[in-house]
Amino acid sequence: MSMSTQTKNITIKAFRFNAETDYLPTYKTYEMAVGKDELILDLLNRIKWEHDGSFSYRRSCRHGICGACGIKVNGKPVLSCKQNAQDMIDLFGDELVFEPQSQKRAVKDMIIDKGDFWEKHAAIKPYVEADVDPHPTTETLMSKTKVEQFLDADYCIQCGGCHYACPTLEVNDKFFGPAAFAAAYRFAIDPRDDAAKERLEMTAELGQGVWDCVKCNECVEACPKEVNPFEKITKLHNMQFEQGVAERNVATKHAEGFTRSIKKFGYLDEQDIVLYSEGLGVVKHLSEALKMVKAGKVHPFDVMKKKMPRSEKLDEIQTIIEKVQTSKLD
Amino acid sequence: MPKLKYALYTGCTAKESTPELLSSTLAVAKKLDIELVDLVEASCCGASHLQDFDEVLSLTLNARNICYAEQRGLDVITICNTCQLNLVTTKERLDHDPEMRAKVNEALAEFGLEYKGTSQVRHFLYALIDDYGLDRLREQVTQPLKSHNIAPFYGCHNIRPSHLHHKHNAPQPELEVSEGGGEVSYESEEFLGKYNHHENPYAPTSLDELIKALEGNTVDYESKNKCCGFHVDLQAPETSNALSGTALLDAIDNNADLMVTPCPLCQLNMDLKQDSAGKQLGRDIELPVLHMPQMVALALGCKPEEIGLNHNVTKATHLMYEM
Ligand code: SF4
Ligand code: SF4
Ligand code: SF4
Ligand code: FES
Repeated sequence: MSMSTQTKNITIKAFRFNAETDYLPTYKTYEMAVGKDELILDLLNRIKWEHDGSFSYRRSCRHGICGACGIKVNGKPVLSCKQNAQDMIDLFGDELVFEPQSQKRAVKDMIIDKGDFWEKHAAIKPYVEADVDPHPTTETLMSKTKVEQFLDADYCIQCGGCHYACPTLEVNDKFFGPAAFAAAYRFAIDPRDDAAKERLEMTAELGQGVWDCVKCNECVEACPKEVNPFEKITKLHNMQFEQGVAERNVATKHAEGFTRSIKKFGYLDEQDIVLYSEGLGVVKHLSEALKMVKAGKVHPFDVMKKKMPRSEKLDEIQTIIEKVQTSKLD
Repeated sequence: MPKLKYALYTGCTAKESTPELLSSTLAVAKKLDIELVDLVEASCCGASHLQDFDEVLSLTLNARNICYAEQRGLDVITICNTCQLNLVTTKERLDHDPEMRAKVNEALAEFGLEYKGTSQVRHFLYALIDDYGLDRLREQVTQPLKSHNIAPFYGCHNIRPSHLHHKHNAPQPELEVSEGGGEVSYESEEFLGKYNHHENPYAPTSLDELIKALEGNTVDYESKNKCCGFHVDLQAPETSNALSGTALLDAIDNNADLMVTPCPLCQLNMDLKQDSAGKQLGRDIELPVLHMPQMVALALGCKPEEIGLNHNVTKATHLMYEM
């Protein structure tokens, strides 16, 4: 008999907090034997039913579709009603820590105020905007290729798992966040939609848009529905260039500047890309640049770029860029 | 055990602003008798930014990079997390999207190149652990790192997304060829399981194990698997400083006297920007940040100058004295 068919004894440490009465959260400990088919939601229920009736958490459908039951187990975002508990024990050992998705937004125990998530979701216009004939006589058909372009973005159930795992959002309140971007992509790529450009413009703006994403892939890891928000973020970048929405700024010039550099050397000219992307703004990197010179990392007087490495068969690289490149930044 | 031999994809950083990464990688390979063949024809991987501008161009250039390893019949070793992710993202796409593969190969055909998908792409960290082996490594240690509390900083692109990590960085099971000629074990549950083997992105262990094998003390701290913010440093330095500064302070508050990372971009960001991050967060930050191969090389008895310790911005003065 394999281990996984057995019951396992574990300790659960649950985050307890009531925003109305508590100044700081506490962690309460519960011991239980966990069967092989139990879900994290079953354990939440057992805390409430067997230990403390005041323990609070959200759940509704119990079928992985309403998106209400997201929490973090040992730091990993999970959908409680979909996540097998013994899998978590395999991953983290016999002490499981239950926490809300965002501690700073905790209202009571596992329940958080998800207001910021919904605001951003709404701002991106998560619906098809189109002049539709109210009494159509034929169906609007969508081809298979068009449907495939959605890339699973429409499987999002707005659970917030990715949103509250995103480190950029932790430090930048303006940032739309991965779920809103996935929605922006889902509707911008919809062949019936007329508001694609507006959405692309919103997501192109520095501070709130895709250029502030640190590319950590926490959102990909967090999603219980395999939406892969980071892939949609890359698509939004591409669409900004394809549809001429990208404006010349430090971030777009940085992305585009790679081609310029690779064409010359095969490698990235690290000094040049900062100069090129920043323009006059480059002065703000002065103190760091000096440190790099002092540590022998950059060579400021190497005007002829003698110290710059060059790829062998550079001509191949240049030809590829000339032939394959389709995007441009005006 | 046969001699280990790989194609080395250095990436740009190791040949430019972190020369100490290249010299220490070569020093480790020499000590352990691992042969590394430099992919001299390779280009920049695009550092996760080129793909935002032009996806097909990024795929074609990276397919070309892999081709030169395939031609030599070697698996690829990367020494940068972001290179690793860019190369395996390309591999994954071309291995599963025949249309894109045809398109890319059409562009490569002009130079007699064809992407076939025969070379594996892994980060040096995992080749050391899984191919060379920590037990063998332990035997080679001449300068144990006993007196150091070392904070492992894993860097996003080695551990996330985990499905790519597990498929490519993990050791490949021997392909059993069944009677009909089909591959058996490739599709096996264990191989495709999300968190098989040793790297759970929420509690990774590889670097910790490596530090222990070199007899250093590992520092356990929450930020070890977090992002350093490097990729927005130009457009959003406040974000970048907040993330790198928080991780550095977390390590310092847990008594680290060194940090180590397998990613040169993390290393650059965490090493170079300690003053500005400190200023933003209102605390002094000073913590030397080593590249993973620098740490291994030190334990194997290499001298500070062989592994470019002078190129680290925040100087590991205590290390230099010791050696
Ligand atoms: S990849 Fe970007 S959007 Fe996703 S979690 Fe990281 S910073 Fe947020
Ligand atoms: S993208 Fe995934 S993790 Fe994010 S809200 Fe939608 S379903 Fe949840
Ligand atoms: S840790 Fe830093 S360099 Fe590494 S992947 Fe994240 S942002 Fe990029
Ligand atoms: S209860 Fe609806 S998704 Fe879990």
